[in-house]
Amino acid sequence: MSTEGMIEHREAGQEIAPTTVAPVPLRRRGRRGGIASWGPPVAVAILMIAGWYFVGSVLLDPSKSYLMPPPHAVLAVYFDPDVAPDMYEALWNTATVALTGLLVAIVLGVVWAIAMNQAKWIERSLYPYAVILQTIPILALVPLIGFWFGFDFFARVIVAILIALFPMVSNTLFGLQSIDAAQRELFTLQRANRWIVLKKLQFPAALPAIFAGMRISAGLAVVGAIVGDFFFQRGTPGIGALISKYTARLESDALFAAIILASLFGVVVFWFFGWLGRRVVGKWYDFA
Amino acid sequence: MATTERAPAITSTTTATPTPTPTPTPTLIDFEHVQLTYPNGTIALSGVDLTVRRGEFVTVVGPSGCGKSTLLRIASGLETASEGTATVNTGRVGYVFQDPTLLPWRNVQANVELLAELQWDTQAVRREKARRAIELVGLSGFEKHLPRQLSGGMRMRASLARSLTLDPELFLFDEPFGALDEITREYLNDELLKLFVEQQFAGLFITHSVSEAVYLSTKVVVMSGRPGRIVDTFDVPFPMPRDPDIRYTGEFAALVGEVSHALRAGHGA
Ligand SMILES: Nc1ncnc2c1ncn2[C@@H]1O[C@H](COP(=O)(O)OP(=O)(O)OP(=O)(O)O)[C@@H](O)[C@H]1O
Ligand SMILES: [Mg+2]
Repeated sequence: MSTEGMIEHREAGQEIAPTTVAPVPLRRRGRRGGIASWGPPVAVAILMIAGWYFVGSVLLDPSKSYLMPPPHAVLAVYFDPDVAPDMYEALWNTATVALTGLLVAIVLGVVWAIAMNQAKWIERSLYPYAVILQTIPILALVPLIGFWFGFDFFARVIVAILIALFPMVSNTLFGLQSIDAAQRELFTLQRANRWIVLKKLQFPAALPAIFAGMRISAGLAVVGAIVGDFFFQRGTPGIGALISKYTARLESDALFAAIILASLFGVVVFWFFGWLGRRVVGKWYDFA
Repeated sequence: MATTERAPAITSTTTATPTPTPTPTPTLIDFEHVQLTYPNGTIALSGVDLTVRRGEFVTVVGPSGCGKSTLLRIASGLETASEGTATVNTGRVGYVFQDPTLLPWRNVQANVELLAELQWDTQAVRREKARRAIELVGLSGFEKHLPRQLSGGMRMRASLARSLTLDPELFLFDEPFGALDEITREYLNDELLKLFVEQQFAGLFITHSVSEAVYLSTKVVVMSGRPGRIVDTFDVPFPMPRDPDIRYTGEFAALVGEVSHALRAGHGA
């Protein structure tokens, strides 16, 4: 049969009808660039900063200005040689905790989900605990974790893991189970064993869900690390420890600066995993 | 009441079916009194007798839900008959599903290689099998495309190519062109017939379209509503490299009419 015949013969109403052999460019999210993509968030930022100035200098009594230090004062903290180095070091410590916790949560979560996916009875035995992980008030557990694991790096990592684990488990499980019955039968007909099915069908199919889980978990791991800092201040202090110190001393410029720094770090991590997800599965999946 | 009346008619048509020609062509599918009851108690098939020999292209038409897919699932080994015997005399069975079921992360080449890969063929063998199959279905030049970059018809071709790598002796098709528009469907019908003539497999094909059934087949089997049984069988007399224009002949129209008639009679139970 001739290729020309086939090309002439393309379906009407088809979104992508390849008339040439060159790959059809796919629309990519976040690749649009230009004012359309960064304009709106920048506009919102400007509005927020304006509102911030307005509240701090117009609404607030000058004697209470420490409640809302002006943005430029906060910005100045990042260049203050007495404060800034401590803060960056603390951020680095928190980042180490968060990323260690995240890594462990990713591996543990994926393994946990794969185990549950292997047999219904394993799923029935283990799923309730994944749910408990999600519903238990971790904050209430944190002091216990301190008693058990000390008040140092290790305990902080545990807190980060506990907070970040559930989305990895549930997303991976969802992804592994999202395969189509007919695709599964394709493998059954060739007598593929469960590991082959996992490797060549379920795991690749689960990747979009796994990356979505990673992105959520990444943000949570940062939160977990900061919560850990807050409670466990032995050893190298993290940004959470600084936040509680600045709070106690009513150093609001530094407090704001620390909070914003921690949030920015969370955003960067979130963004990084979004980018990674698009890199890995974006070609065949519209990774939002 | 209606069922008891029809019961003898069924046995008479099925006994009339076997071999019009005495040539010893191997029987690839041999179903005898096959019944299938699903675990929830649904009786999908009941008393089905069906043979498919090499060189035959048998098409099954029947109302929705009558057990046509179930028939293929038994033939492929995905289900086991609850009663009766279902014999399939070959290990090389191709199965084309209603949906192309391509893996979206694999390009056409890798998708077509999948089955060979699952059979532990070496990479060189896989490549060669895929190359030939892709050529047969006319997708050469699209090897690097992902499924999402293909039209519906092209995806179906890729799916067909994937099954072709098995070099099947028996090819099962479950409404493969049901989701395509009329023109694409007719075009792919011709391509499929060409493959049938070249590759010498036996075909068992399911469709809702009576004219597609008559055009493609050497034999058309009509099933009744659930539980599905075979109510009629028609031999299609047109010679095999088929001229697309037979669709517009009076004999073709007459046969389509007869099959439709039988289909309606079986449906109105
Ligand atoms: N796994 C299952 N469990 C229980 N009942 C089933 C199962 N699969 C199919 N059925 C039922 O068996 C009957 C036959 O199903 P089947 O899919 O074979 O029909 P079909 O003729 O292929 O229909 P269609 O033309 O709509 O594809 C239907 O009534 C369906 O509801
Ligand atoms: Mg069906």
